[in-house]
Amino acid sequence: MSEIKRITTPLTDAIVEGLHAGDSVLITGVIYTGRDLAHARLIEALDRGETLPADLRGQIIYYVGPAPAKPGYAIGPAGPTTSYRMDAYTPRLLDYGLKGMIGKGNRTPEVIESMKKNKAVYFAAIGGAAAVIAKCIKKADMVAYEDLGPEALQRLEVVDMPATVVNDCHGNDLYVEGMARYARTAAHVCSCPTRPVSAGYHLSPRQGDGCR
Amino acid sequence: MRELSVQEITEAVSKMCISANCQASEDLVRATEQTNADEQSPAAKDALLTIRENQRVAAAEQIAMCQDTGLAVIFLEIGQEVHLTGGDLEEAIHAGVRKGYADGYLRKSVVADPLRRKNTGDNTPAIIHTRMVPGDKVVITVAPKGGGSENMSTVKMFPPSAGREGIIRFVVDWVKQAGANPCPPTVVGVGIGGTFEKVAYLAKRALLRPIGQPHTDAYYAEMEQEILAKINALGIGAQGFGGTITSFAVHIEVHPCHIASLPLAVNLNCHVSRHETVRI
Ligand code: SF4
Repeated sequence: MSEIKRITTPLTDAIVEGLHAGDSVLITGVIYTGRDLAHARLIEALDRGETLPADLRGQIIYYVGPAPAKPGYAIGPAGPTTSYRMDAYTPRLLDYGLKGMIGKGNRTPEVIESMKKNKAVYFAAIGGAAAVIAKCIKKADMVAYEDLGPEALQRLEVVDMPATVVNDCHGNDLYVEGMARYARTAAHVCSCPTRPVSAGYHLSPRQGDGCR
Repeated sequence: MRELSVQEITEAVSKMCISANCQASEDLVRATEQTNADEQSPAAKDALLTIRENQRVAAAEQIAMCQDTGLAVIFLEIGQEVHLTGGDLEEAIHAGVRKGYADGYLRKSVVADPLRRKNTGDNTPAIIHTRMVPGDKVVITVAPKGGGSENMSTVKMFPPSAGREGIIRFVVDWVKQAGANPCPPTVVGVGIGGTFEKVAYLAKRALLRPIGQPHTDAYYAEMEQEILAKINALGIGAQGFGGTITSFAVHIEVHPCHIASLPLAVNLNCHVSRHETVRI
Protein backbone atom coordinates (compact mmCIF):
# COMPACT_ATOMS: atom_id res chain seq x y z
CA MET A 1 0.00 0.00 0.00
CA SER A 2 1.06 3.50 -0.67
CA GLU A 3 2.16 5.74 2.15
CA ILE A 4 -0.36 8.06 3.78
CA LYS A 5 -0.84 11.46 2.15
CA ARG A 6 -1.81 14.48 4.20
CA ILE A 7 -4.13 16.95 2.50
CA THR A 8 -5.64 20.24 3.60
CA THR A 9 -8.94 21.78 2.47
CA PRO A 10 -9.96 23.64 0.36
CA LEU A 11 -8.87 21.38 -2.50
CA THR A 12 -7.10 22.74 -5.56
CA ASP A 13 -6.73 21.13 -8.99
CA ALA A 14 -3.13 20.31 -8.09
CA ILE A 15 -4.10 18.48 -4.89
CA VAL A 16 -6.83 16.52 -6.67
CA GLU A 17 -4.55 15.58 -9.55
CA GLY A 18 -2.00 14.21 -7.10
CA LEU A 19 -4.48 11.73 -5.63
CA HIS A 20 -4.90 8.21 -6.97
CA ALA A 21 -7.43 5.45 -6.33
CA GLY A 22 -6.23 3.39 -3.37
CA ASP A 23 -4.33 6.24 -1.69
CA SER A 24 -4.80 6.55 2.06
CA VAL A 25 -5.17 10.18 3.06
CA LEU A 26 -5.51 12.22 6.24
CA ILE A 27 -7.75 15.24 5.72
CA THR A 28 -7.36 18.42 7.76
CA GLY A 29 -9.40 21.63 7.56
CA VAL A 30 -13.03 22.55 7.05
CA ILE A 31 -15.48 20.12 5.45
CA TYR A 32 -19.28 20.29 5.17
CA THR A 33 -21.92 17.69 6.02
CA GLY A 34 -24.79 17.02 3.66
CA ARG A 35 -26.93 14.06 2.76
CA ASP A 36 -30.23 13.36 0.96
CA LEU A 37 -32.48 16.27 1.91
CA ALA A 38 -29.69 18.86 2.23
CA HIS A 39 -28.64 17.98 -1.33
CA ALA A 40 -32.20 18.40 -2.57
CA ARG A 41 -32.31 21.86 -1.00
CA LEU A 42 -28.90 22.89 -2.37
CA ILE A 43 -30.03 22.00 -5.88
CA GLU A 44 -33.31 23.89 -5.40
CA ALA A 45 -31.29 26.93 -4.33
CA LEU A 46 -29.07 26.64 -7.43
CA ASP A 47 -32.21 26.30 -9.60
CA ARG A 48 -33.58 29.49 -8.16
CA GLY A 49 -30.27 31.26 -8.75
CA GLU A 50 -29.71 31.85 -5.03
CA THR A 51 -26.38 31.89 -3.25
CA LEU A 52 -25.80 28.69 -1.31
CA PRO A 53 -25.76 28.86 2.50
CA ALA A 54 -22.06 27.92 2.33
CA ASP A 55 -19.61 28.57 -0.49
CA LEU A 56 -18.89 24.99 -1.48
CA ARG A 57 -16.46 25.83 -4.29
CA GLY A 58 -13.20 23.97 -3.67
CA GLN A 59 -14.76 22.22 -0.67
CA ILE A 60 -15.50 18.66 0.41
CA ILE A 61 -18.97 17.41 1.34
CA TYR A 62 -19.08 14.56 3.84
CA TYR A 63 -22.17 12.39 3.41
CA VAL A 64 -23.05 11.99 7.06
CA GLY A 65 -25.96 12.32 9.43
CA PRO A 66 -24.26 12.35 12.83
CA ALA A 67 -25.79 10.95 16.00
CA PRO A 68 -26.40 13.47 18.83
CA ALA A 69 -23.30 14.54 20.78
CA LYS A 70 -22.96 13.45 24.37
CA PRO A 71 -22.11 16.31 26.75
CA GLY A 72 -18.41 17.10 26.37
CA TYR A 73 -18.18 15.84 22.78
CA ALA A 74 -17.87 18.09 19.69
CA ILE A 75 -20.13 15.75 17.75
CA GLY A 76 -21.79 12.35 18.09
CA PRO A 77 -20.69 9.24 16.17
CA ALA A 78 -20.28 10.33 12.53
CA GLY A 79 -19.51 7.70 9.90
CA PRO A 80 -20.30 7.92 6.19
CA THR A 81 -23.67 7.14 4.66
CA THR A 82 -24.15 5.38 1.30
CA SER A 83 -23.23 7.74 -1.54
CA TYR A 84 -25.37 6.53 -4.45
CA ARG A 85 -28.37 8.34 -2.99
CA MET A 86 -26.61 11.63 -3.71
CA ASP A 87 -25.66 10.67 -7.30
CA ALA A 88 -28.64 12.41 -8.87
CA TYR A 89 -27.48 15.75 -7.41
CA THR A 90 -23.72 15.38 -7.59
CA PRO A 91 -22.80 16.38 -11.19
CA ARG A 92 -24.66 19.67 -10.66
CA LEU A 93 -22.63 20.42 -7.51
CA LEU A 94 -19.37 19.43 -9.21
CA ASP A 95 -20.15 21.77 -12.11
CA TYR A 96 -20.73 24.47 -9.51
CA GLY A 97 -17.27 23.89 -8.04
CA LEU A 98 -17.46 21.21 -5.35
CA LYS A 99 -14.10 19.36 -5.34
CA GLY A 100 -14.49 16.38 -3.07
CA MET A 101 -16.93 13.98 -1.47
CA ILE A 102 -16.57 11.52 1.40
CA GLY A 103 -19.00 8.61 1.62
CA LYS A 104 -19.14 4.88 1.01
CA GLY A 105 -20.16 2.72 -1.93
CA ASN A 106 -20.28 2.99 -5.72
CA ARG A 107 -21.00 6.11 -7.78
CA THR A 108 -22.80 6.14 -11.14
CA PRO A 109 -20.89 6.52 -14.41
CA GLU A 110 -22.36 10.05 -14.71
CA VAL A 111 -20.79 11.09 -11.40
CA ILE A 112 -17.46 9.51 -12.32
CA GLU A 113 -17.46 11.32 -15.69
CA SER A 114 -18.29 14.60 -13.99
CA MET A 115 -15.42 14.05 -11.53
CA LYS A 116 -13.01 13.65 -14.44
CA LYS A 117 -14.39 16.72 -16.19
CA ASN A 118 -14.34 18.92 -13.09
CA LYS A 119 -11.20 17.49 -11.45
CA ALA A 120 -12.87 16.18 -8.32
CA VAL A 121 -12.20 13.26 -6.01
CA TYR A 122 -14.35 10.74 -4.13
CA PHE A 123 -13.11 9.32 -0.83
CA ALA A 124 -14.45 6.46 1.26
CA ALA A 125 -14.43 6.64 5.03
CA ILE A 126 -14.88 3.38 6.93
CA GLY A 127 -18.62 2.76 7.06
CA GLY A 128 -19.75 1.91 10.57
CA ALA A 129 -16.56 3.19 12.25
CA ALA A 130 -18.47 6.22 13.45
CA ALA A 131 -17.16 6.41 17.01
CA VAL A 132 -13.49 6.60 15.95
CA ILE A 133 -14.13 8.91 12.98
CA ALA A 134 -15.87 11.38 15.31
CA LYS A 135 -12.57 11.73 17.23
CA CYS A 136 -11.10 13.57 14.22
CA ILE A 137 -13.91 16.14 14.22
CA LYS A 138 -12.91 18.94 16.54
CA LYS A 139 -15.75 21.37 15.98
CA ALA A 140 -19.22 21.27 14.41
CA ASP A 141 -21.30 24.36 13.60
CA MET A 142 -24.80 24.52 12.18
CA VAL A 143 -24.86 26.28 8.81
CA ALA A 144 -28.35 25.69 7.41
CA TYR A 145 -31.40 23.43 7.28
CA GLU A 146 -31.45 22.85 11.04
CA ASP A 147 -35.04 21.63 10.72
CA LEU A 148 -33.71 18.51 8.98
CA GLY A 149 -32.25 17.21 12.25
CA PRO A 150 -29.42 14.76 11.48
CA GLU A 151 -29.62 15.81 7.81
CA ALA A 152 -28.78 19.47 8.46
CA LEU A 153 -25.86 21.21 6.70
CA GLN A 154 -22.99 21.61 9.17
CA ARG A 155 -19.48 22.98 9.00
CA LEU A 156 -16.92 20.61 10.52
CA GLU A 157 -13.33 21.23 11.48
CA VAL A 158 -11.39 18.01 11.08
CA VAL A 159 -7.83 17.06 11.91
CA ASP A 160 -6.22 14.05 10.24
CA MET A 161 -9.47 12.43 9.26
CA PRO A 162 -8.60 9.10 7.59
CA ALA A 163 -10.10 8.32 4.19
CA THR A 164 -9.27 6.29 1.10
CA VAL A 165 -9.41 7.54 -2.48
CA VAL A 166 -11.98 5.46 -4.36
CA ASN A 167 -12.44 7.48 -7.57
CA ASP A 168 -9.69 9.83 -8.66
CA CYS A 169 -9.95 12.47 -11.39
CA HIS A 170 -7.99 10.23 -13.75
CA GLY A 171 -10.82 7.70 -14.05
CA ASN A 172 -9.48 5.00 -11.72
CA ASP A 173 -11.82 3.16 -9.34
CA LEU A 174 -10.58 1.37 -6.23
CA TYR A 175 -13.76 -0.72 -5.91
CA VAL A 176 -13.29 -2.14 -9.40
CA GLU A 177 -9.54 -2.61 -9.09
CA GLY A 178 -9.58 -4.01 -5.54
CA MET A 179 -12.26 -6.52 -6.38
CA ALA A 180 -10.46 -7.63 -9.54
CA ARG A 181 -7.26 -8.17 -7.56
CA TYR A 182 -8.87 -10.55 -5.06
CA ALA A 183 -11.60 -12.20 -7.12
CA ARG A 184 -11.16 -15.91 -7.56
CA THR A 185 -12.87 -17.93 -10.25
CA ALA A 186 -15.59 -20.38 -9.38
CA ALA A 187 -13.17 -23.22 -10.13
CA HIS A 188 -11.26 -22.30 -6.99
CA VAL A 189 -14.32 -22.41 -4.82
CA CYS A 190 -15.68 -25.55 -3.32
CA SER A 191 -18.41 -26.13 -0.83
CA CYS A 192 -16.59 -28.58 1.41
CA PRO A 193 -15.93 -27.25 4.89
CA THR A 194 -12.17 -27.00 4.50
CA ARG A 195 -11.47 -25.83 7.99
CA PRO A 196 -13.08 -26.71 11.27
CA VAL A 197 -15.73 -24.67 12.96
CA SER A 198 -13.90 -22.92 15.76
CA ALA A 199 -15.70 -21.32 18.65
CA GLY A 200 -18.96 -21.16 16.74
CA TYR A 201 -17.44 -19.16 13.94
CA HIS A 202 -16.97 -20.64 10.48
CA LEU A 203 -13.73 -19.89 8.78
CA SER A 204 -14.19 -19.19 5.15
CA PRO A 205 -12.73 -21.76 2.78
CA ARG A 206 -9.87 -20.30 0.78
CA GLN A 207 -7.94 -21.33 -2.22
CA GLY A 208 -5.18 -23.69 -1.17
CA ASP A 209 -6.73 -24.50 2.20
CA GLY A 210 -7.25 -28.10 1.36
CA CYS A 211 -9.66 -27.63 -1.51
CA ARG A 212 -8.34 -29.18 -4.64
CA MET B 1 -51.64 -16.89 34.95
CA ARG B 2 -48.47 -14.92 35.54
CA GLU B 3 -48.89 -11.16 35.66
CA LEU B 4 -46.30 -8.92 34.04
CA SER B 5 -46.43 -5.14 33.93
CA VAL B 6 -45.74 -3.62 30.52
CA GLN B 7 -43.63 -1.07 32.40
CA GLU B 8 -40.98 -3.80 32.75
CA ILE B 9 -41.03 -4.27 28.99
CA THR B 10 -40.52 -0.52 28.46
CA GLU B 11 -37.48 -0.60 30.75
CA ALA B 12 -35.97 -3.65 29.07
CA VAL B 13 -36.44 -2.24 25.56
CA SER B 14 -34.95 1.10 26.54
CA LYS B 15 -31.81 -0.53 28.00
CA MET B 16 -31.33 -2.86 25.06
CA CYS B 17 -31.66 -0.05 22.50
CA ILE B 18 -28.63 1.55 24.13
CA SER B 19 -26.55 -1.54 24.77
CA ALA B 20 -27.15 -3.11 21.36
CA ASN B 21 -25.95 0.10 19.69
CA CYS B 22 -22.90 0.69 21.90
CA GLN B 23 -21.67 -2.78 22.77
CA ALA B 24 -20.53 -5.22 20.10
CA SER B 25 -21.72 -8.72 20.98
CA GLU B 26 -19.15 -11.44 21.71
CA ASP B 27 -19.84 -13.29 18.46
CA LEU B 28 -19.34 -10.08 16.48
CA VAL B 29 -16.04 -9.31 18.20
CA ARG B 30 -14.86 -12.85 17.54
CA ALA B 31 -15.91 -12.69 13.88
CA THR B 32 -14.15 -9.35 13.42
CA GLU B 33 -10.89 -10.58 14.95
CA GLN B 34 -10.97 -13.87 13.07
CA THR B 35 -11.66 -12.09 9.78
CA ASN B 36 -8.80 -9.72 10.41
CA ALA B 37 -6.50 -12.68 11.03
CA ASP B 38 -7.64 -14.51 7.87
CA GLU B 39 -7.85 -11.56 5.46
CA GLN B 40 -5.12 -11.40 2.80
CA SER B 41 -5.57 -7.84 1.55
CA PRO B 42 -3.65 -5.14 3.46
CA ALA B 43 -6.29 -2.46 2.73
CA ALA B 44 -9.11 -4.68 3.98
CA LYS B 45 -7.04 -5.71 7.03
CA ASP B 46 -6.57 -2.03 7.85
CA ALA B 47 -10.31 -1.43 7.62
CA LEU B 48 -10.94 -4.40 9.92
CA LEU B 49 -8.49 -3.03 12.47
CA THR B 50 -10.37 0.27 12.45
CA ILE B 51 -13.66 -1.59 12.80
CA ARG B 52 -12.35 -3.49 15.84
CA GLU B 53 -10.94 -0.29 17.34
CA ASN B 54 -14.33 1.35 16.80
CA GLN B 55 -16.00 -1.46 18.77
CA ARG B 56 -13.60 -0.83 21.66
CA VAL B 57 -14.08 2.95 21.69
CA ALA B 58 -17.87 2.67 21.50
CA ALA B 59 -18.03 0.20 24.38
CA ALA B 60 -15.58 2.12 26.56
CA GLU B 61 -17.25 5.49 26.05
CA GLN B 62 -20.80 4.16 25.76
CA ILE B 63 -21.40 5.85 22.44
CA ALA B 64 -22.95 4.27 19.36
CA MET B 65 -20.70 2.18 17.09
CA CYS B 66 -22.43 3.65 14.03
CA GLN B 67 -24.18 6.99 13.63
CA ASP B 68 -27.03 5.11 11.98
CA THR B 69 -28.49 3.64 15.13
CA GLY B 70 -31.22 2.13 13.03
CA LEU B 71 -34.87 1.56 13.03
CA ALA B 72 -35.68 -0.44 16.17
CA VAL B 73 -36.90 -3.86 15.08
CA ILE B 74 -38.40 -5.77 18.01
CA PHE B 75 -39.14 -9.48 18.15
CA LEU B 76 -41.51 -10.53 20.91
CA GLU B 77 -42.28 -14.03 22.08
CA ILE B 78 -45.12 -13.92 24.54
CA GLY B 79 -45.85 -16.97 26.66
CA GLN B 80 -49.55 -17.72 26.46
CA GLU B 81 -49.72 -17.99 30.23
CA VAL B 82 -48.63 -14.38 30.72
CA HIS B 83 -51.16 -11.70 31.52
CA LEU B 84 -49.76 -8.29 30.51
CA THR B 85 -50.96 -5.49 32.78
CA GLY B 86 -50.64 -1.75 33.11
CA GLY B 87 -51.31 -0.56 29.58
CA ASP B 88 -50.97 -1.09 25.86
CA LEU B 89 -48.12 -3.48 24.98
CA GLU B 90 -47.12 -1.84 21.69
CA GLU B 91 -47.26 1.62 23.23
CA ALA B 92 -44.99 0.31 26.01
CA ILE B 93 -42.46 -0.80 23.41
CA HIS B 94 -42.56 2.53 21.60
CA ALA B 95 -42.05 4.24 24.98
CA GLY B 96 -38.95 2.08 25.55
CA VAL B 97 -37.55 3.01 22.15
CA ARG B 98 -38.30 6.70 22.75
CA LYS B 99 -36.48 6.61 26.08
CA GLY B 100 -33.52 4.54 24.91
CA TYR B 101 -32.86 6.68 21.85
CA ALA B 102 -33.06 9.88 23.93
CA ASP B 103 -31.01 8.69 26.93
CA GLY B 104 -28.40 6.93 24.78
CA TYR B 105 -27.75 9.87 22.41
CA LEU B 106 -28.83 7.68 19.54
CA ARG B 107 -29.85 9.09 16.18
CA LYS B 108 -33.50 9.58 15.36
CA SER B 109 -33.80 8.02 11.92
CA VAL B 110 -37.53 7.50 11.40
CA VAL B 111 -39.82 9.55 9.15
CA ALA B 112 -43.55 9.52 9.90
CA ASP B 113 -44.59 9.05 6.29
CA PRO B 114 -42.66 7.31 3.52
CA LEU B 115 -43.33 10.03 0.92
CA ARG B 116 -43.77 13.22 2.94
CA ARG B 117 -40.74 12.30 5.08
CA LYS B 118 -40.97 14.31 8.24
CA ASN B 119 -38.78 12.96 11.05
CA THR B 120 -40.80 11.75 14.05
CA GLY B 121 -38.05 13.08 16.28
CA ASP B 122 -37.93 10.16 18.72
CA ASN B 123 -37.14 7.15 16.52
CA THR B 124 -40.62 5.70 16.96
CA PRO B 125 -42.55 3.79 15.89
CA ALA B 126 -40.63 0.55 16.26
CA ILE B 127 -41.26 -2.38 13.93
CA ILE B 128 -42.76 -5.11 16.11
CA HIS B 129 -43.03 -8.83 15.31
CA THR B 130 -45.05 -10.77 17.89
CA ARG B 131 -45.40 -14.51 18.36
CA MET B 132 -47.44 -16.38 20.96
CA VAL B 133 -45.57 -19.33 22.43
CA PRO B 134 -46.22 -21.82 25.24
CA GLY B 135 -45.06 -20.92 28.75
CA ASP B 136 -45.15 -17.96 31.13
CA LYS B 137 -42.15 -15.91 29.93
CA VAL B 138 -41.73 -13.00 27.56
CA VAL B 139 -38.66 -12.98 25.33
CA ILE B 140 -37.76 -9.63 23.81
CA THR B 141 -35.14 -9.11 21.11
CA VAL B 142 -34.09 -5.62 20.06
CA ALA B 143 -32.38 -5.51 16.65
CA PRO B 144 -31.63 -1.95 15.48
CA LYS B 145 -31.26 -2.04 11.71
CA GLY B 146 -29.32 0.51 9.65
CA GLY B 147 -30.62 1.87 6.36
CA GLY B 148 -27.48 1.24 4.31
CA SER B 149 -27.63 -2.53 4.58
CA GLU B 150 -31.43 -2.71 4.70
CA ASN B 151 -31.61 -0.96 1.32
CA MET B 152 -29.43 -3.73 -0.13
CA SER B 153 -32.08 -6.38 0.56
CA THR B 154 -34.63 -8.03 -1.72
CA VAL B 155 -37.45 -10.52 -2.19
CA LYS B 156 -37.71 -12.72 -5.27
CA MET B 157 -40.52 -15.15 -6.13
CA PHE B 158 -38.79 -18.01 -7.98
CA PRO B 159 -40.50 -20.88 -9.74
CA PRO B 160 -39.68 -24.18 -7.99
CA SER B 161 -37.56 -25.17 -11.02
CA ALA B 162 -34.92 -22.58 -10.00
CA GLY B 163 -33.93 -25.01 -7.25
CA ARG B 164 -30.88 -24.95 -5.04
CA GLU B 165 -28.54 -23.75 -7.79
CA GLY B 166 -30.80 -20.91 -8.88
CA ILE B 167 -31.00 -19.66 -5.32
CA ILE B 168 -27.26 -19.83 -4.75
CA ARG B 169 -26.56 -17.94 -7.97
CA PHE B 170 -29.08 -15.23 -7.14
CA VAL B 171 -27.79 -14.65 -3.59
CA VAL B 172 -24.15 -14.45 -4.72
CA ASP B 173 -25.03 -12.05 -7.56
CA TRP B 174 -27.07 -9.97 -5.18
CA VAL B 175 -24.18 -9.57 -2.74
CA LYS B 176 -21.90 -8.76 -5.67
CA GLN B 177 -24.02 -5.91 -6.93
CA ALA B 178 -24.44 -4.54 -3.38
CA GLY B 179 -20.65 -4.12 -3.34
CA ALA B 180 -19.42 -1.70 -0.69
CA ASN B 181 -22.87 -0.22 0.03
CA PRO B 182 -23.90 -2.42 2.98
CA CYS B 183 -20.60 -1.86 4.85
CA PRO B 184 -18.97 -5.28 4.45
CA PRO B 185 -18.04 -7.64 6.03
CA THR B 186 -21.72 -8.47 6.10
CA VAL B 187 -23.94 -11.11 7.59
CA VAL B 188 -26.18 -12.48 4.85
CA GLY B 189 -29.67 -13.45 6.02
CA VAL B 190 -31.44 -15.73 3.55
CA GLY B 191 -35.09 -16.73 3.81
CA ILE B 192 -36.34 -19.58 1.64
CA GLY B 193 -39.97 -20.74 1.43
CA GLY B 194 -43.19 -19.64 3.09
CA THR B 195 -45.08 -16.89 1.30
CA PHE B 196 -44.17 -13.43 -0.01
CA GLU B 197 -44.38 -11.76 3.41
CA LYS B 198 -43.14 -14.74 5.42
CA VAL B 199 -39.91 -15.10 3.47
CA ALA B 200 -38.78 -11.55 4.25
CA TYR B 201 -39.42 -12.20 7.92
CA LEU B 202 -37.34 -15.40 7.72
CA ALA B 203 -34.39 -13.53 6.21
CA LYS B 204 -34.56 -10.94 8.98
CA ARG B 205 -34.79 -13.63 11.69
CA ALA B 206 -31.76 -15.34 10.18
CA LEU B 207 -29.69 -12.30 11.17
CA LEU B 208 -30.44 -12.94 14.84
CA ARG B 209 -28.48 -16.19 14.95
CA PRO B 210 -25.01 -15.95 16.57
CA ILE B 211 -22.63 -15.19 13.71
CA GLY B 212 -21.54 -18.36 11.92
CA GLN B 213 -23.71 -20.76 13.89
CA PRO B 214 -24.72 -23.30 11.24
CA HIS B 215 -28.28 -24.30 10.38
CA THR B 216 -29.38 -27.35 12.36
CA ASP B 217 -30.22 -29.21 9.13
CA ALA B 218 -26.95 -30.40 7.54
CA TYR B 219 -28.37 -29.82 4.04
CA TYR B 220 -28.79 -26.11 4.73
CA ALA B 221 -25.60 -25.86 6.81
CA GLU B 222 -23.70 -27.07 3.76
CA MET B 223 -25.56 -24.67 1.50
CA GLU B 224 -24.64 -21.80 3.85
CA GLN B 225 -20.98 -22.75 3.50
CA GLU B 226 -21.19 -22.99 -0.26
CA ILE B 227 -22.80 -19.56 -0.60
CA LEU B 228 -20.28 -18.05 1.82
CA ALA B 229 -17.35 -19.48 -0.13
CA LYS B 230 -18.72 -18.11 -3.39
CA ILE B 231 -19.39 -14.68 -1.87
CA ASN B 232 -15.89 -14.51 -0.43
CA ALA B 233 -14.46 -15.45 -3.82
CA LEU B 234 -15.99 -12.29 -5.29
CA GLY B 235 -13.05 -10.29 -3.96
CA ILE B 236 -15.09 -7.35 -2.60
CA GLY B 237 -13.52 -7.49 0.86
CA ALA B 238 -14.08 -5.31 3.92
CA GLN B 239 -15.48 -1.93 2.85
CA GLY B 240 -15.20 -2.98 -0.80
CA PHE B 241 -11.47 -2.22 -0.85
CA GLY B 242 -10.75 -5.63 -2.36
CA GLY B 243 -10.14 -8.67 -0.18
CA THR B 244 -10.69 -12.31 0.54
CA ILE B 245 -13.55 -11.95 3.05
CA THR B 246 -16.73 -10.08 2.12
CA SER B 247 -19.14 -11.75 4.53
CA PHE B 248 -18.74 -13.10 8.05
CA ALA B 249 -21.46 -15.67 7.54
CA VAL B 250 -24.53 -16.76 5.60
CA HIS B 251 -27.55 -17.78 7.69
CA ILE B 252 -30.47 -19.55 6.02
CA GLU B 253 -33.96 -19.92 7.51
CA VAL B 254 -36.56 -22.03 5.73
CA HIS B 255 -40.32 -22.66 5.87
CA PRO B 256 -42.74 -24.96 4.02
CA CYS B 257 -44.24 -23.35 0.92
CA HIS B 258 -46.88 -23.69 -1.81
CA ILE B 259 -46.39 -26.35 -4.52
CA ALA B 260 -46.14 -23.55 -7.11
CA SER B 261 -43.71 -21.29 -5.24
CA LEU B 262 -40.11 -20.91 -4.20
CA PRO B 263 -39.91 -17.56 -2.39
CA LEU B 264 -36.47 -16.17 -1.59
CA ALA B 265 -35.43 -13.17 0.47
CA VAL B 266 -31.99 -11.72 1.12
CA ASN B 267 -31.55 -9.36 4.07
CA LEU B 268 -28.03 -8.02 4.40
CA ASN B 269 -26.64 -6.86 7.71
CA CYS B 270 -23.54 -4.74 7.99
CA HIS B 271 -20.55 -5.45 10.22
CA VAL B 272 -22.37 -3.45 12.92
CA SER B 273 -24.62 -6.47 13.41
CA ARG B 274 -26.78 -5.57 16.41
CA HIS B 275 -29.24 -7.60 18.42
CA GLU B 276 -29.83 -8.27 22.05
CA THR B 277 -32.29 -10.55 23.81
CA VAL B 278 -33.76 -10.67 27.28
CA ARG B 279 -36.15 -13.14 28.91
CA ILE B 280 -38.52 -11.89 31.59
S1 SF4 C 1 -24.83 -0.16 6.84
FE1 SF4 C 1 -24.51 -0.51 9.03
S2 SF4 C 1 -22.42 0.11 9.46
FE2 SF4 C 1 -22.98 0.95 7.47
S3 SF4 C 1 -23.70 3.02 7.95
FE3 SF4 C 1 -25.51 1.69 7.90
S4 SF4 C 1 -25.80 0.97 10.04
FE4 SF4 C 1 -23.75 1.84 9.87
